[in-house]
Amino acid sequence: MAKTVAEIADAMYKLVKDATGQKKLKATDLTKAMVELYGDEVDKQLCKDAIKELMNSGKCVYTYFGGSFIELPHREGAAND
Amino acid sequence: MAESLPKTPMLDELEKGGWPSFVKEIKLAAKKSPMAVDLLGLLERSYKEKIGHWKHGGIVGVMGYGGGVIGRYNDLPEVYPNISHFHTIRVNQPAGWFYKSDALRSICDIWEKRGSSLTNMHGSTGDIILLGTRTEQLEPIFAELSKVDFDLGGSGSDVRTPSCCCGMARCEWACYDTMRTCYDFTMKFQDELHRPAFPYKFKFKFSGCPNDCVASIARADMSIIGTWRDSIQMDKAAVTEYAKNGMDIQSEVVDNCPAKCMDWDGKELHIENSYCRRCMHCINVMPKALRPGKDRGATILLGSKAPIVEGALLSSVLIPFIKMEPPYKELTDIIDRIWELWCEEGKNRERVGEFIQRVGLGNFLEAIEVDPVPEMVAHPRENPYVFYEEYFEAGDEGSEEEEK
Repeated sequence: MAKTVAEIADAMYKLVKDATGQKKLKATDLTKAMVELYGDEVDKQLCKDAIKELMNSGKCVYTYFGGSFIELPHREGAAND
Repeated sequence: MAESLPKTPMLDELEKGGWPSFVKEIKLAAKKSPMAVDLLGLLERSYKEKIGHWKHGGIVGVMGYGGGVIGRYNDLPEVYPNISHFHTIRVNQPAGWFYKSDALRSICDIWEKRGSSLTNMHGSTGDIILLGTRTEQLEPIFAELSKVDFDLGGSGSDVRTPSCCCGMARCEWACYDTMRTCYDFTMKFQDELHRPAFPYKFKFKFSGCPNDCVASIARADMSIIGTWRDSIQMDKAAVTEYAKNGMDIQSEVVDNCPAKCMDWDGKELHIENSYCRRCMHCINVMPKALRPGKDRGATILLGSKAPIVEGALLSSVLIPFIKMEPPYKELTDIIDRIWELWCEEGKNRERVGEFIQRVGLGNFLEAIEVDPVPEMVAHPRENPYVFYEEYFEAGDEGSEEEEK
């Protein structure tokens, strides 16, 4: 049975959370991981929608370190607060 | 009223001479903006110490978007507190950079209120660049820009803000409507523009003719350059007129043709159009006598980039001729296939041109289902050790069995 956007967003969120502090993940990393995990139950559009959901909900943010990554919101070291 | 200006003897040197000076502009802005005052101080210090004091990148952006804001902080916030945050905002420019003055005023009003008031019109990306604001101002700026119908541009690993020459709006050589195509592509690829999902950046640039005024062949991952596939239009009487007025057609036109496809017998100009490389030289020299053909469209080229991770590349031909008419289905289907392959197999920070070099053009074309054509050959083969095994069958002359 095909997965829902919310289910994929949750699975992606877990991946991002587990990788925090160890590896920065790109959108393509998340999409590939979902395809590997759920096979035919997901497609690329579903993954795109799930990433959009993560961003719009504020659960994840885009960051830039020589390329664009998806991370949990955090206080960055460079910020002059 | 901003505080008094710091002493900047080194920067002052850059105000001398008969050309525009960014130092002069920053000083002008410093009369009102404390950010500009600190910027002068920091820049002078960097020039003296020969050290950059900016930290770049990070988390800043607006909700839901992954591009359009470039985070900057200085590493001396105690000394220069007004520019402890100095984020850049890229605003998607209108196609061809045409503005009404009230649109420009709206942008400047927003920026004077919420930023440093310094702008770069335009950045090398083509965007309107708004230089220097604080993190807490980003969302209000975005909201106010949206109210006056502006959107953020691209940054990071996404489709960068597409840009185009002024095309049919002002130029008689435009072979397709660059401004419309640029707008249509911007709207079609909104998701890819605002939500970075690629291994690295991807740029579209649209030039109306081979003069390539936006330098798309050197700067865009996908260069869309206007061309024609029939014969150059010629007004023979006008050619004669040029000759009569003193133009040396042999040396100024014929001898400079890279394809040597022209001949001038002193009275009449002959063009062997099948050899023409569409370089535009003859048309540029004799604009009243020669014009591009009537069957117009574009050549699609792929792969150029400036030197960042690897060296610079120019785009090379992917589709020799395509009609540029909405909805551009054939082209957008190819783009989707290119992105799918590149996202699947591309390395982090690998531009599409570098990816093609790594996997080989043959493999790339096969994967995106485009047939190879002679126009794709950038230069003659350098490696003589190529085996055409697939073309030989057992029993053919020269096959291994024969040799035994």
